[in-house]
Amino acid sequence: MSRPIAYLNARLVDPASGYDGPGAVMVADGVVHDVVHAPDFGSLSADVEVIDAGGALLIPGLIDIRVKTGEPGAEPKETLKSAALAAAAGGVTTIVVQPDTNPVMDEPSVVDFILRRARDIELVNVYPAGAATKGGLGQRMAEIGLMHEAGCLYITDADRPIVDSKLLRRVLSYAKAFGVPVAHRPTDPWLSAGAVASEGEFAARMGLPSVPAIAERIMLERDLALVELTGAPFIVDQITTAAAMESLRRGLHRGLPVTATTSINHLSFNEIDIGDYRTFCKVDPPLRSEDDRQAVIDAVASGLIQVIVSAHAPAPAEDKRLPYDEAAPGAVGLQTLLAALLAFHHDGRIPLIDLIRTVTSAPAKVLGLPGGRLAKGAPADLVIYDLNAPVVIQADKLISKSKNSPFDGRRLQGKVMRTVVGGRTVYSA
Amino acid sequence: MTPPGLNEVLQRTFSFPKKHFLSATDLNEVEVANLLDLADGFVSLNRQTAKKLDLLKGRTLMNLFFENSTRTQSSFELAGKRLGADVVNMSPRSSAMSKGETLIDTAVTLNAMQPDLLVVRHASSGAASLLSQKVGCSVINAGDGQHEHPTQALLDALSMRRAFGYIAGLKIAICGDVMHSRVARSNIAMLQMLGANVRLVGPPTLIPVAAERWNVEVFHDMRKGIAGCDVVMMLRLQLERMDGVMAPSQREYFRFYGLDREKLALAAPHVRVMHPGPMNRGVEIDSEIADDLTVSLIQDQVEMGVAARMAVLTSLAARLDNDR
Repeated sequence: MSRPIAYLNARLVDPASGYDGPGAVMVADGVVHDVVHAPDFGSLSADVEVIDAGGALLIPGLIDIRVKTGEPGAEPKETLKSAALAAAAGGVTTIVVQPDTNPVMDEPSVVDFILRRARDIELVNVYPAGAATKGGLGQRMAEIGLMHEAGCLYITDADRPIVDSKLLRRVLSYAKAFGVPVAHRPTDPWLSAGAVASEGEFAARMGLPSVPAIAERIMLERDLALVELTGAPFIVDQITTAAAMESLRRGLHRGLPVTATTSINHLSFNEIDIGDYRTFCKVDPPLRSEDDRQAVIDAVASGLIQVIVSAHAPAPAEDKRLPYDEAAPGAVGLQTLLAALLAFHHDGRIPLIDLIRTVTSAPAKVLGLPGGRLAKGAPADLVIYDLNAPVVIQADKLISKSKNSPFDGRRLQGKVMRTVVGGRTVYSA
Repeated sequence: MTPPGLNEVLQRTFSFPKKHFLSATDLNEVEVANLLDLADGFVSLNRQTAKKLDLLKGRTLMNLFFENSTRTQSSFELAGKRLGADVVNMSPRSSAMSKGETLIDTAVTLNAMQPDLLVVRHASSGAASLLSQKVGCSVINAGDGQHEHPTQALLDALSMRRAFGYIAGLKIAICGDVMHSRVARSNIAMLQMLGANVRLVGPPTLIPVAAERWNVEVFHDMRKGIAGCDVVMMLRLQLERMDGVMAPSQREYFRFYGLDREKLALAAPHVRVMHPGPMNRGVEIDSEIADDLTVSLIQDQVEMGVAARMAVLTSLAARLDNDR
């Protein structure tokens, strides 16, 4: 048995209990043994190792429910290990990996593979999301029950919308029986076919095929109607437009079991950041107008959007150094998520505790995870964070195997000092 | 106003300040005016028996056309040759170069051959700009996807300035498939910069949604759109887009958006008709109009193309000299 560790002199922010103030945490046997709302525990027995946070932030480890790696099938992009290292450096202690791998994670043996690899790597908690349909092709239901039994946390076809409404209805009602949430990307497949940008003046001027924002609302309305029909727990996989926000608000007011997510990219950038065809800003869904971005920030502030994801999607230089319409979509984000998120605290836009909730207790609640909080008995997954340290993001210094970060060159505030998973320090600055 | 002679223009101290020629929006009014003056001089030269100069002697011009275009490619080739450059034509589509190689790989390979001027056409918007970031020579955009075709705008401006003597104040209707047209985007930018009054005419399916924010008037009724216009610029519409995709049929398109005598009669009496080519006769434009040299500038456009490109090549090459 390892020595207990006491983290003292911290500003403890725990959204699950609503606490933001001085605090100290005692960790033993991989779990939180004690939490006090005071700088220290008073007298400690000699066998306790003491780590002084020096007034830094102490928060639950982040839970990022939308992460892609290249494993299995595209390891040169990113392996589970390189993603886990990036996560640890970014204060992310739990990642949920997407099923659109090669082979597609549509049956329990691939789920087993991911969980076994994660155990071997022994850095952060890794859980898979299983495909909703076989091969992720949107035609026949995948083995949802068996994958759930094997340990997948939710069901999704990732970037690809399920066009067939009857099929999505069946996926929803079937998954409901196992209590496993279904995530779906709200985009009309016909309006978005071939599009690489959001419809508007910018895309028109740049000559880029574009999708109107309303395509998101059209699909979201259908999805919410099917949720109403089935009563199944549902995750909106990245809501990014003002037009869709109205639909979400109405759905939530009707009491539907819906959780909406958005990505840090859509909170931080708008279509103008694409500039002279910067492919690092090519993401899916495409970056939106500034009005849309403001609507997304407001929706996070009001609690309409409850979960923020990094949408980590590694793409190596050879997939990005192409003409804009040919370049791979996606941005790495595990390592920059927290600093980018807390920019809205520094701007005075959203309270710190509310921002942290979107990446800790809120995703834990949706997926039924024990982490995401600092309470007695919870897993000892935590982050010590210097809220004010100035940083300049340098993409080529990121840990991910792929360096496709739209934050390259951006000045942010805040730095991860230490990341602890299950009581073990997996990263320290 | 008589245009200044070629020698006079060449002796001007003006030097073109840009390394690449990628977009009409990169240019300012003075630069465009100087390019037009220079091009005017080349028009006179091109009409002489001895057409050849040595302004680009020792220079290598590489034509890199990922999309086929006999017209634009030969226009650049002639422009380069008349200025004394060595001209190489590459068509990656038909060569071994296209097999699995990316645009950047191709660019790096060609760059190692030390060209001075690289003319590129590619089906993707932004391709020329991407190339310009990866090579050491000057890059000229000869059409990138649906984005821009700036030498076309320059030759169109040249044709209009020679026909009317001025551009500021001209009422110009750009008609047809604006949405997919790089010619339209470059022309809108350049003509507005030169003070023209630009209108867009086409069915709603072929006009970009945000076009009204480009400071242009948009008309879906062609009769109203070309009423009183000094110039009617027709755009090419790909035939496959007309078969129930962007428009119901060719005959319906011609009925409402094809240029015929009846519609043209609504324009100004001195109206001139333009088309970047190649034309779909009887679909977007009546043959009779296209061939009527009293109204059509279409032949002139082809001639002006060589001169305008000579002006661009000369300006960029002069800047290369300054670099060394």
